[in-house]
Parts: sequence; C-alpha cells; structure tokens
Amino acid sequence: MIQVENLTKKFGNVAAVDGVSFNVENREIVGFLGPNGAGKTTTMRVLTSYLAPTSGRAAVAGFDVVRNSLEARKRIGYLPESVPFYPEMRVREYLSFRAKLKAVPRKQRKQRLDEVMERCRVKDVEHKIIGHLSKGYRQRLGLAEAIIHNPPILILDEPTIGLDPAQIRQTRELIKELGQDKTVILSTHILPEVEMLCNRVIIIHQGKIAIMDTLNNLVKDQKIKLEITGNINDITETLKQLPGIKNISFTQQDLWYVVTIELSNNEDIRDIVYQKIVQNQWGIREFKTERTTLEEMFIRITTRE
Amino acid sequence: MRNIWVLTKKELAIYFYSPLAYVIITAFLLLSGYFFYQFVAGIADATALRYVLEFIGFISLIISPMITMRLLAEEKKSGTLELLMTAPITETQVVVSKYISSLLFFIALIMPTVAYVILLIFWGKPDLGAIICGYLGLICLAGVFLSIGLFVSSFTSNQIVAVIITFVILLIGWVIGWAGEFFREQWWKDIFKYIGFFEHFDAFRKGLIDSRDFLYCFSLIIFFLFLTVRIVESRRWK
Ligand SMILES: Nc1ncnc2c1ncn2[C@@H]1O[C@H](COP(=O)(O)OP(=O)(O)OP(=O)(O)O)[C@@H](O)[C@H]1O
Ligand SMILES: [Mg+2]
Repeated sequence: MIQVENLTKKFGNVAAVDGVSFNVENREIVGFLGPNGAGKTTTMRVLTSYLAPTSGRAAVAGFDVVRNSLEARKRIGYLPESVPFYPEMRVREYLSFRAKLKAVPRKQRKQRLDEVMERCRVKDVEHKIIGHLSKGYRQRLGLAEAIIHNPPILILDEPTIGLDPAQIRQTRELIKELGQDKTVILSTHILPEVEMLCNRVIIIHQGKIAIMDTLNNLVKDQKIKLEITGNINDITETLKQLPGIKNISFTQQDLWYVVTIELSNNEDIRDIVYQKIVQNQWGIREFKTERTTLEEMFIRITTRE
Repeated sequence: MRNIWVLTKKELAIYFYSPLAYVIITAFLLLSGYFFYQFVAGIADATALRYVLEFIGFISLIISPMITMRLLAEEKKSGTLELLMTAPITETQVVVSKYISSLLFFIALIMPTVAYVILLIFWGKPDLGAIICGYLGLICLAGVFLSIGLFVSSFTSNQIVAVIITFVILLIGWVIGWAGEFFREQWWKDIFKYIGFFEHFDAFRKGLIDSRDFLYCFSLIIFFLFLTVRIVESRRWK
C-alpha cells in the first residue's frame, strides 16, 4: 500500500530524512519510532504531499505522491502532529466541511458524520465551538476527521498524545479496530503502545532507518532471572546444558546468586529450569522471566554514536 | 468547481465568525452614512455619484488590507494549511476560493451604499449607466487591492505584518501615477499613469467605460493570484 524508496528531504543543507526506504503492506499497522527530531513527522508530511521529497520517491496506494498527489491524498486519512483546527467553527460544521472536501457523497454524509462522531466519542460536543474543546477532545476530533471519508490508509502522527488514560485505551482499541481493514502508519513516543498495536516497527534515527522488523522478531530475546543458592559452578554448568541458552551470567549477594540466563529463541524452558533446580536441591527465592523491551532496544539504538 | 464552492462557503463563514468583520462593517456604514449625509444629500445631482464612488474608492484602499490579512497568514500560523493542503484539493482552488470570498465580502460591504444612489435617483436624474459602470469599475479596482492583499498574506504568518505591507503597496500603487511627472517625455508620463491605480479609478468614478481599464484590473488580479498560488506551492520544495 505504501512504498518509499530512497526518500530524502532536506531543509536547507540539513537532511531531516535521509535515504529512507520501506514498504507497508495492506492492512498492516506499522509503528514509527524515533527520538525527537528523527524525521517521523517529515516523512509523514511527504507521504501526505504536504512536502515534496528532495530526492527519492514515495507512492501511496500505487499513486506517486508528487505526480499523482490528488489521487494519493484521496486515499489517506491524516492526523497531523499539532492537530490544527479553525477555532471558530463548530464540531459538526467542521466535520461536514471536511467531508465535502473529501468528496463524501451527499447522501451518505449525515450518516457518516454521526457514525464517525460516535466512534471517536465527540458526539456529545457536536455543537460546541472547537476553540472551546479540551485537548483530548480536539485530538479525538482530529481522528474523526481523518477517518471521515473511510480511507484505506491512515497516517497518524502521535494519535494518543494529550489523552487521559481511559481515552488512550479507547483510542488504541479504535485504531486496532480500524487496522483490521486499513493500512496504518502511526508515530508515537509511547513504546508499550507500539507493542500493543503494531505488527511492525520502524525505528528512525537522525533521518535514517535504524531498525525495521516485526515486533515478534524484535522482542523475542528472553531472559530468565533467578536468585539462587548452591554451588555456583554446578549451577552454571548444569544450566548451560539446557537447549537454547545464549549466555549465563551471575552476580553474588552474600550466599545468594543472581543468575541471568539469556535465551536465543522464544522456546519456553522455564519448566525444565525449574526441574533442574529441584533435582539439584538448590535453594531458590526468585524466578522470573524478562524480555528485552522495546524501550531497551530504543535506548540502545538511539544513544549509540 | 465544487471544491471552490465548498471552500468559499467556509471562508465566508469564518469571516462572519470573527469580530473583525463586524468592526469593518460597522465602521464602513457609519463613515459612509456620515459622508452621505454631510456631502451628497446636499448636492443631489449627477456629480453626487462621483462623490459616493470616490468615497468608496478611498475607503477600499484602507479596508482591503484588513479583509485579506488573515486569509492565508492565519492558516499558516495555526497550521490549518497542513490539513487543507493534505486534503484532495489543489492550491489554485484554495487561493481562488479565498479570493472569491474576499471579493464577495467587499461587495456585500458596499451594497448598502446603493441605497444612497437609489435615493439620488428619486431626487435628481443621475445616469443609471454611469452608476452601474462606476460600481463595476470600483469592484474591479478593489479586486486588484484584494488580490495584492491575498498575495501578501501568503508569505507571512503575521496578520499585522500583512495588513501593513499591503497598505504600503496599495499606497505606492495609488501615487505612482504621479511619478511620471518627473519625466519630460510624454510616454514616460503615460506609462506611470497606466501603472498607477489613480488614473483607472478616475475613469471609473466618472462613469467612463474603457476596456483598457478593465484589462488593467484583470491582468493584475490574475498576476497576483498566480503568484499567490506559486508561493503556497513553494512550501513543498523549501
Ligand atoms: N519546516 C522545517 N524547516 C526546517 N527544518 C525543519 C522543518 N521541519 C522539520 N525540520 C527539522 O527536521 C528534523 C526532523 O523533524 P521532524 O519534525 O520530522 O521530527 P520528528 O521525528 O517528528 O520529531 P518529534 O518526535 O519531536 O515529533 C528536525 O531536526 C527539525 O528541526
Ligand atoms: Mg513529529
């Protein structure tokens, strides 16, 4: 649905996006991550034809965003980062205006408006002036605007920013629901959100793609942490025999050792580890698993020079 | 075409949501009412029309920058331009509909003065053709002012800056016709006269129809609208 090839966008001499290539398949939800100033918003603005690429190309639903930009734009629902509005307009009036611009047929318009306002929970403020809405309501109105013409592609720049925890949850559910029949690119700084929503993650750093992989592949490295007592040599030797072990390390605290077992695949060997402990009659007071979180991953990538 | 209509309606709605529109309308009605009462009512003959048109001409010089100042500057400042330009519409549609809405606003603004003219018809025997021609000419000239205002509004995101720059440009355009007096050759004098607004305004208020005056207005309007579209587009390549 979305093809990006060697995309570069320069502001003056500074490349905000620098040779980025990626594809997004139909009905995929892709998370766009990266530190502030990484180039996420700029990439999205190129995809929505607000900015033109300096070099490289991008196509949305098969339409080039420069040469065929109107066709591409018809198929995109876009939630910009700052969620701008005309503060003097009323909610329903604004959505109706946008629906007309996006060529929602007159006959379906009313029904579509009601449906979208219901879905994004802005129905209760439909006659209010937008300038008087709270940040969260405005955010939801932005989302309602993005989906008003039922586009096959959604580009959402930080869709849950400024929402309260309950609204964040509802909005995520909405995005997940929308993702069932739409292609979605969303940027966010909330990493658990990506884990909840996305099939695939693109981490972009200083305008370049640092990592692009499915979530499963990214976070599959698991760890088991034990607080154990016994002969530490026996312990490490025995555990090393187990399948799928990448590395074992330990630290000592008095008579207890904190042993970290790094696993190289997703296989669950907790049961086997536990049996070994029982067989050898080691003392144990803690047994837990840890996965490399996206956060660790993110920090590791974005802080290395 | 449909998009232009949708956009124009939105622009007009936004005009009337802002207090500025009412300030402009009230100020204009008060001023023109006073003006009419003071000067025109006493004369009540064919020359009265010239005074009315003259008044509207000068007033539009001051009011046009206020009508256009927010059109693009505000969209840029508040970021709504991003939403507008990522919808499936072209820059030309956006610029043209903003222009149309400003022109409609101006026409609606001066409409009440037609009442004065009707009064004149009852009192005296003014030439109806001259009235229509005078109004058309004035609207054309104001059309030029508005296109310049819209153009200025496209390269700043500050309304105050927009209004001041537009006003300065309009003033220069108004007086530049007299700059020809510095030259000895007649053709220089003619060129400057043709460039400046005043000569054309003078023709209109006398009720003279000359296609050259209309051509002058149309070509300026097209020129500035074209530039405006270009500037709005240029944001993409920056
Ligand atoms: N219009 C512009 N003119 C000049 N530089 C710009 C412009 N827009 C963005 N930049 C620069 O491009 C870089 C990328 O910005 P961008 O907004 O794409 O980052 P981002 O990944 O969205 O960051 P954030 O997480 O803060 O939203 C930044 O260094 C920014 O300063
Ligand atoms: Mg951003």
